[in-house]
Amino acid sequence: MSEPILELRGINKSFGPVHVLHDIDLTVNPGEVTALVGDNGAGKSTLVKCIAGIHPTDSGEVLFEGQPVHIKGPRDAAALGIEVVYQDLALADNLDIVQNMFLGRERTKGGLLDETDMEQAARKTLASLSVRTVKSVRTQVSSLSGGQRQTVAIAKAVLWNSKVVLLDEPTAALGVAQTRQVLDLVRRLAEQGLGVVLISHNMNDVFEVADKIACLYLGRMAAVVGSKDVTHGQVVELITAGRSGDLGIARPEAATI
Amino acid sequence: MSSEEASMTKTTETSEQENPQQGAISDFGIDTTSMSTGEAVRDYWARVRGGELGSLPALLGMVVLLIVFSSLSDTFFTLGNLANLLQQGASITIIAMGLVFVLLLGEIDLSAGTASGVTASVMALHLIHNGNLLGGMGDTVFYVFCGLLVLAIVLAVLMKIWAGAALSAIALIIAAVGIPANAWLEMLLAVCVGSAIGCITGFLVARVGIPSFVVTLALFLVWNGVVLQFIGQGGTLGLRDDTIFNVANGNLNFVGSWALFVIAVGGYAAVVLTRHFSRLRKGLVAQPTSLVLAKIGALALLAAVITYALSLNRAPSNLVVIQGVPYVVPLVLVLLVIGTFVLDRTSYGRHIYAVGGNKEAARRAGINVERIRMSVFVIASSAAAIGAIVYSSKVGSVDPNAGGGNTLLLSVGAAVIGGTSLFGGKGRLRDAVIGGAVLAIISNGMGLLKQPAAVVYIVTGLVLLLAASVDALSRRRAANAAR
Repeated sequence: MSEPILELRGINKSFGPVHVLHDIDLTVNPGEVTALVGDNGAGKSTLVKCIAGIHPTDSGEVLFEGQPVHIKGPRDAAALGIEVVYQDLALADNLDIVQNMFLGRERTKGGLLDETDMEQAARKTLASLSVRTVKSVRTQVSSLSGGQRQTVAIAKAVLWNSKVVLLDEPTAALGVAQTRQVLDLVRRLAEQGLGVVLISHNMNDVFEVADKIACLYLGRMAAVVGSKDVTHGQVVELITAGRSGDLGIARPEAATI
Repeated sequence: MSSEEASMTKTTETSEQENPQQGAISDFGIDTTSMSTGEAVRDYWARVRGGELGSLPALLGMVVLLIVFSSLSDTFFTLGNLANLLQQGASITIIAMGLVFVLLLGEIDLSAGTASGVTASVMALHLIHNGNLLGGMGDTVFYVFCGLLVLAIVLAVLMKIWAGAALSAIALIIAAVGIPANAWLEMLLAVCVGSAIGCITGFLVARVGIPSFVVTLALFLVWNGVVLQFIGQGGTLGLRDDTIFNVANGNLNFVGSWALFVIAVGGYAAVVLTRHFSRLRKGLVAQPTSLVLAKIGALALLAAVITYALSLNRAPSNLVVIQGVPYVVPLVLVLLVIGTFVLDRTSYGRHIYAVGGNKEAARRAGINVERIRMSVFVIASSAAAIGAIVYSSKVGSVDPNAGGGNTLLLSVGAAVIGGTSLFGGKGRLRDAVIGGAVLAIISNGMGLLKQPAAVVYIVTGLVLLLAASVDALSRRRAANAAR
């Protein structure tokens, strides 16, 4: 097994008196999809935002490619190659796919936008992800379906030679066929050697694409298990009770602050 | 490419419109070849049906109006009147071009009209008092005026809008130093005062966070009062200066007119063809070469006919000779080219569209949204100042009503009639020019038909209402087409 691309050690995070994350340990390996599951309020989104630099962590260590790093803001994360695809997709409807993918990081030549270069790069990225549902890279985002938008948002993250992609509920608002597209895409990201973290509430999705499953329970990492080693029911127990048989937090009452 | 991909049916799609380099149709992955003319036309038609009308309704309306007025009035389609039409419509068009930037963000600037009045009256004061603004305004007013300019500089520096800060500083220097009157200096002063006004407006909207509607409504009244203060109740400031008079009333000479034709058409052809062949060379989707050439040819022909007509003598009597393209034509063209260039080819322009389309997405992409929002007000007010120079020049004086009345409404109307969306994110600079032309034709034609002002106002208002409905309906249609 290759060395982990992103490693969290003992991450703690509080919002005022509320202790949201307790000593979180998590490793993300290249070429693997790590599913992050947990009930509402378990701290999934907070953890992602800590990794992305939106929230500073209180204590703990972040290692990127084995080196300790300090992520102070979204730009630091982006510079390392960590990209986040948020639940609400953050695409501008009135711009086309190329313009959206390069938004805020336009390539210029002599002070002017280098449209042809950007278009070629965007096409190459979409082609590398085997995206076939988008008719033209110059299509306006307003005319795309939900799944296609999600595809563009993910492709936007990949465009920057990112090494870790965090996806916050990418299939939440999608129909069956579109979910299919996005899950295929998630799988392809991992096949390209990226570390993928997928937040999802949908167990079917998780079991379909994830290599390992990290269960958060009330801000603690209840268990990190291989998706082939557990059953559907066990994961649900881990999410709702924090333990399942000999998996998870030893005893709920032991989990005091 | 797989045969399956290649054989996928070409479905209609909505791609970025109106930019000649864009408009790709074909399945992704094989959209690297050029289109046939038929495909390009079908693609365009699909977009129109999908609700992306652009300036098409305005262009059609313009043709209809031209036909109606030419058939009803003998004098409408005369050379003298056509030149007159251009000069009448120029100021509204220029103010509207500035407003397009504001409208692209989904904001509004109601104060652009009276702000232009302020710049016009400062310009006139400087000219009449030979650079002595202190004497022209009176002590208190002058010091408040300078204080506001300093405030504008500080606000612009705070938001890192360097151009706005520099222009405001120039205004302060001209006002404080008291350089003797010079027409070019006065016009520069007007533009600089305009950008200072924009800095203040923009800061209140972008940083303080007051809705632009409220800020500019309040400033609309404030600037109206300032104009009154500068000019005095019932007074009029005459602009007795040949250079200023010529801005709206002068014409290029015969050689100049044709030189303008060569530069404009040649420049357009060069830019379009360079981009076209560069796309073809790199294997990107491009419109068919024949279509591109046809477009350039049609434009060149139209421009040649207009230049020829305007370079004929159009004086009503034999005593004088009036010929040549009016100065306002190159003025509007230059502003149009610069503005379009900024909007289409720079990241700043791209960011304006992005903020107008989805503010949150723009913020997450690392765009400084506040700075963009403030900057468009600086642009709008500066453009309003140029408009003020043109309308003051046309009339030859500045009165307390300068920029008041319906100046602003007509300017917003021009932008909207041309196809700029009031909802933000959609619109181009040429919309303002087309819309301005439509409004100029209406007021000119109705005037020639001896219609009373009441009818002119009602018709203009109805046309604006029609344009806004087209905008709203096409927007709904586009939203439906997406699903």
